[in-house]
Amino acid sequence: MKVISVPEYCLGCGLCEIYCAAQHDGYDGNVLKAYKRGQPTPRSGLIKFSQISWLNTCMNCDDAPCLNACISGAVKRDEDGIIYIDENRCVQCYTCVMVCPYGHAQPSSKSGRIIKCDLCRDSEGIPACVSHCPNAALKLVQGGAEQ
Amino acid sequence: MGAPLNTGFQMSTPVFKVDRDPDRCIQCGVCINQCANEVHHMDNDGWMWIEDEKCVACQRCAVLCPTRAISITDFPVIYRENSHWGSASIREIYRQAESGGVLLTGMGNPRPYKSYFDHLLLNASQVTNPSIDPLREPMELTTYLGNKGSLITETEKPFLKLKVPIMFSAMSFGSVSLNVQKSLSAAARDMGTFWNTGEGGLHPDLKEFGSCAVVQVASGRFGVHPGYLENSAAIEIKIGQGAKPGIGGHLPGEKVSEEVSLTRMIPAWSDAISPAPHHDIYSIEDLDQLIETLKVATGYRKPVAVKVAAVHNIGAIASGIVRAGADIVAIDGFRGSTGAAPMRIRDNVGIPIEIALAQVDSRLRDEGIRQQASLVAAGGIRSSADVVKAIALGADAVYIASAALVALGCHMCQMCFTGKCNWGLATTNPGLSKRLNPELGIQRAKNLLAAWGHEIQEMMGGMGINAIDSLRGNRLMLRGIGLNPQELDLLGIKSVGD
Repeated sequence: MKVISVPEYCLGCGLCEIYCAAQHDGYDGNVLKAYKRGQPTPRSGLIKFSQISWLNTCMNCDDAPCLNACISGAVKRDEDGIIYIDENRCVQCYTCVMVCPYGHAQPSSKSGRIIKCDLCRDSEGIPACVSHCPNAALKLVQGGAEQ
Repeated sequence: MGAPLNTGFQMSTPVFKVDRDPDRCIQCGVCINQCANEVHHMDNDGWMWIEDEKCVACQRCAVLCPTRAISITDFPVIYRENSHWGSASIREIYRQAESGGVLLTGMGNPRPYKSYFDHLLLNASQVTNPSIDPLREPMELTTYLGNKGSLITETEKPFLKLKVPIMFSAMSFGSVSLNVQKSLSAAARDMGTFWNTGEGGLHPDLKEFGSCAVVQVASGRFGVHPGYLENSAAIEIKIGQGAKPGIGGHLPGEKVSEEVSLTRMIPAWSDAISPAPHHDIYSIEDLDQLIETLKVATGYRKPVAVKVAAVHNIGAIASGIVRAGADIVAIDGFRGSTGAAPMRIRDNVGIPIEIALAQVDSRLRDEGIRQQASLVAAGGIRSSADVVKAIALGADAVYIASAALVALGCHMCQMCFTGKCNWGLATTNPGLSKRLNPELGIQRAKNLLAAWGHEIQEMMGGMGINAIDSLRGNRLMLRGIGLNPQELDLLGIKSVGD
């Protein structure tokens, strides 16, 4: 599974980033609490270029370079095929940052460890970015990107 | 000659007040990037600012704000109002004294004239005849539009078959975005009804939806060519529009993008102003010729509709239109909407659709020509109850436009003419029009038609009627409440209790 953007209908509003941040780090989707009390860190970033914008997120590659390159086994794939980070194992070598063909994996400004989209695997339902996009410009589709 | 004042000073205070709750605002900037009117901005020090005077109360920021931090209210009135001079009248004079221009506006007549739909009550069966449960028994909504006099003639006349008695009214590409037309056209096709191109021609992307399109021929003749007429379900000659009877369409140059210019076959960024009259129609006889011309041009395979605004003496006008050979007469009441119209015309010209409809239906029946044309009511239909009342007053079907736009996200701010529609509807700006994803738009429009269809069936069932044909012109199903004897007479209905 992966989330894909439909730039044709992306408003560039940034709600995906906001709800992404609120869904992680224990805020449980509470935007107000995340932004007023915490240090919200979106996993996926909105890219704006002229009038076009899209969400840069994990493509869950079939043969994932980050998974292959991780020197400490922190990048893992769960039974649903979702690639996620085991934060306790991350040694901040940033090899995954360099090998990610989509420029998605990034160090957290808080902990320095890697954070990436995990398709909101800890919560029920579809990922927060998809469910909160006001224009259906994000879609959850089956399959990962081929490398 | 009027000339705009060369000063930034404005006499008027803002119309709306935008409040941001600091306890809730997370400075995410969604309001800033969503407002095409540039009401919100953040300065270099991270302060959020609001310019109330730019706000049109479209609610875009308030709806998208993830923490509900924004509320929009009327600006506290500081005008010294009295019962004759309201704040709107005063403000409009300030605006005209500054601009020297005609006041433009959008959407339908908002003035507090009597809404007759709200003074009509429906019947329901009790004891003496049974009501019908639409979930258990068949309930027919299929409607045919066209000349039904053909039953007794040798040649078969063309007609439109509607699975719900509701069509999408004319909204041209240019006045609304292509995504609006994509949404409505596909919804119309899927729901077995029709959409209307308006007078802006048919965009090449929508060619496949020609078979469920009523194509308009208006006084500007924008986008009219043989292929356009041929690729259609019906042709509509637009004589008048409820929002601006007596004047032609007005598409401000700001909305005439390259795409619009190609579809309309006019220069880009130039005002598209349709003449007030059709310059080849100065009488009923001339209308007869144009109807015949269009029928000949399409081999008598398409019904021809004539759309007029509801004005004084509409009964005689409609009679003339039917005698001129129109298969469908569309009447647009004074609540009908527009993308751009002079405010004085929109607010002061025309008559209510309810009275016009009753008058036309009665007149055509009295003259024995009602079967020669179908009647389509337009202008201010807000709900399925309005549809049922319009049909009981004599309509065969209704046109909806405002209701369809509201389904797609319109918040009725009435600023369509600026081309800065924050909901991506009444604009041709690519950055704004992409705010309507047709995938969602199609489903929303279909849901609206489906919901109204169910409600119409419920109301018909209550009346003990199982086919929409039996409701048409069935004014015994209506009673007037709070109407005087003359109004009841004009509507051809009895009073409540009678």
